[in-house]
Amino acid sequence: MNTDPVWILGITMTKFGKHAGKDVVDLASEAARAALKDAGVSMRDIGVLAAGNLMGSGGIGQQIQKQIGQTGIPVYNVSNACATGATALRTAIMAVKAGEVDYGLAVGVEKLSGAGLLGGGGKAKTQGASWEPSGRFGAVAPTDGRIGTDAMPGTFAQIGMEYGHKYGGATFELFARISEKNHSHSTLNPLAAYSKAMSLEQIMGDVMIAYPNTRPMCSANCDGAAAAVVVSDAKLKTLSLEQQRRAIKVSASVLTSDPWQESCQVLPDVNTLTKNAAKIAYEAAGIGPDDLDLVELHDCFATAELVHYDNLGLCEEGGAVDFFNSGATWRTGKTPVNVSGGLESKGHPIAATGIANIWEVCHHLRGEAGQRQIEGAKVGLAHVIGLGSACGIHVLEKSGL
Amino acid sequence: MRGHYIGGMANQVPLVDYLVLGDAPHLQAHECVNCGARYFDRRNACASCFEDVFKTVSVATEGELTTFTIVTFAAPGVPVPFVSGVVDCDGTSVRTNVINVEASPEHVSLGMKVRLATYSIGTDENGTEAIGFGYEPISAN
Ligand SMILES: [Zn+2]
Repeated sequence: MNTDPVWILGITMTKFGKHAGKDVVDLASEAARAALKDAGVSMRDIGVLAAGNLMGSGGIGQQIQKQIGQTGIPVYNVSNACATGATALRTAIMAVKAGEVDYGLAVGVEKLSGAGLLGGGGKAKTQGASWEPSGRFGAVAPTDGRIGTDAMPGTFAQIGMEYGHKYGGATFELFARISEKNHSHSTLNPLAAYSKAMSLEQIMGDVMIAYPNTRPMCSANCDGAAAAVVVSDAKLKTLSLEQQRRAIKVSASVLTSDPWQESCQVLPDVNTLTKNAAKIAYEAAGIGPDDLDLVELHDCFATAELVHYDNLGLCEEGGAVDFFNSGATWRTGKTPVNVSGGLESKGHPIAATGIANIWEVCHHLRGEAGQRQIEGAKVGLAHVIGLGSACGIHVLEKSGL
Repeated sequence: MRGHYIGGMANQVPLVDYLVLGDAPHLQAHECVNCGARYFDRRNACASCFEDVFKTVSVATEGELTTFTIVTFAAPGVPVPFVSGVVDCDGTSVRTNVINVEASPEHVSLGMKVRLATYSIGTDENGTEAIGFGYEPISAN
C-alpha cells in the first residue's frame, strides 16, 4: 500500500425523483457513463467496479457492465444499508490504494418512489392461529408496535429525543427548524426531488409520522443514481492539466461499525461509530472541523441531523442545539450543512446517497455549483449512516492547481 | 412446559421469552459473567468481551424514560398511535412501549418514572392467552 492520495477524477448524480420509464440498471448506467465522461476516461481504463443497490435482487455490478461495457474486471457488489454508496466508493479507493489498479468505478442506485415506510416492512405483519415462539426473542406474536417501533421514523425520533434528554433544548420546533433550513437550501438544487421552501408552520402542521418527525422532516423516498471514478496519484500526474485541476483529493476515506455500548442493541447507537469515524477522518486528513467549508451529513430525519452536529465535532459536546440556533449550519453560516437540501428534500435513494453527497461536496470544491455555490470552498466532508450500523466519512479537498 | 404455570396461571404464554409471568412479572436478561453486559435475546458469545458464559438475571421493574416517540404511522397491521421508548432500569436499557397513558406529547415526558405492567394480547385457538408488557407512568400523587 502506498501513502499517496487517491483522487476523484469524475463524479455525477442523476436527478433524484420519479423515473417511471427507467429501471435501476438504466439509472446506474446513466450515472456511470456520465461519471466516466466527467473523468475523461472509458470503461477500458477502469480496473475495478464496486456497485450497490440495497433493495434490488443482487448482482447490480454485472448488470451495469452488460449495459456500459463488459471488460472482465473484478466486480464487488456491496451492501451496507444507507452507507452502501460510501462503501462502494471506499472499495474502489482501497483497490487503488492497494496498488492493484489505476482507476476504479463506484456506482450506487436505488428505485424507491412510492416505497412507503422503511424498516418496519411494507407488508402486513401476520400472526398464526396459535402462539408459537420464534426468533431470537422467542416471540409468539409480532413485536413491532408492541415492544417499541421497528420503523425508521420512530427509531430516529428516539435518537434525537435521547439527545434532548441528555442535553436539553431539543423541542419539536427546534427539529422542525432544522427541516426548514434543508427545505430552504433545496430551492437552489435543480437535481433535488423536492425543491420547495416550507415554512415552520407548514412543517409542524404536516402529517405526523413519529413525533417529533412530521412528513417533511423524513427523508424522501425517490429514484436516483450516483457514480464516481477514482484514480491513483501517479496516474493523475500523467493526465491533462484540466483533469488535474478538477480532480478532488480524497483526504480521508473511513468506514466504521458500531462498537458495543450498553444500550446499542436496544436503540441503535448512531453516535459512537460516527464519533470514531470523524476522529479517524480528521487525523488522516490533518484537518479539524473548523477547516470545513461545507458538510453533507446524513439527515435521514430532522432528528438525526441534530445529533450529528455533535458527533462530527462541528460543535462542543452537548452543544448541538445552541450551534444550530446560532445559524451556523445555514448556507450563509460558519459551517454550512446540507446545502443540497439534504435527504429530507434532495431525496434518499438509499444506495445512491453515499456517492451523491460526495458529488455535492465535489461540485462546490470544483466551483461548479452555480447558484448554490459556497464561495471559495476548499475542504468538505460527506457523512452517511447505515443502521445496523455502518458509518462512512469522506473528507475531500480541492486540488490547488 | 412453556405456557403452563403452576398455581392457577395455566394457559398463559409471554409475548417474548425474556418476560417472566407469575405473581411478580419482570424481565430477565442474559448477563455476561465476565463483563456484565446484558442481552435480552439468546447469544452465541458476548458482543462486548467475546466470552460465552452467561447467567440469568432479573431486571429492575421500575425505571426512567430516557427517550420516546409517538408513532402515528406504522406498517400495516400495527395499531397506532403508540408510544415507543427506552427505559433505564437501574443501568439496563429496556426497549418498550409506554402504556396506560394517552399517546400525546402532553402526557409523556423525557425522564418520567415508569414501571413494568402486563396486559393480555389475546387468546389463541388452543385457549392459551399471550401476555405482553409495557411500562406505565408511576403517578405523582
Ligand atoms: Zn462480556
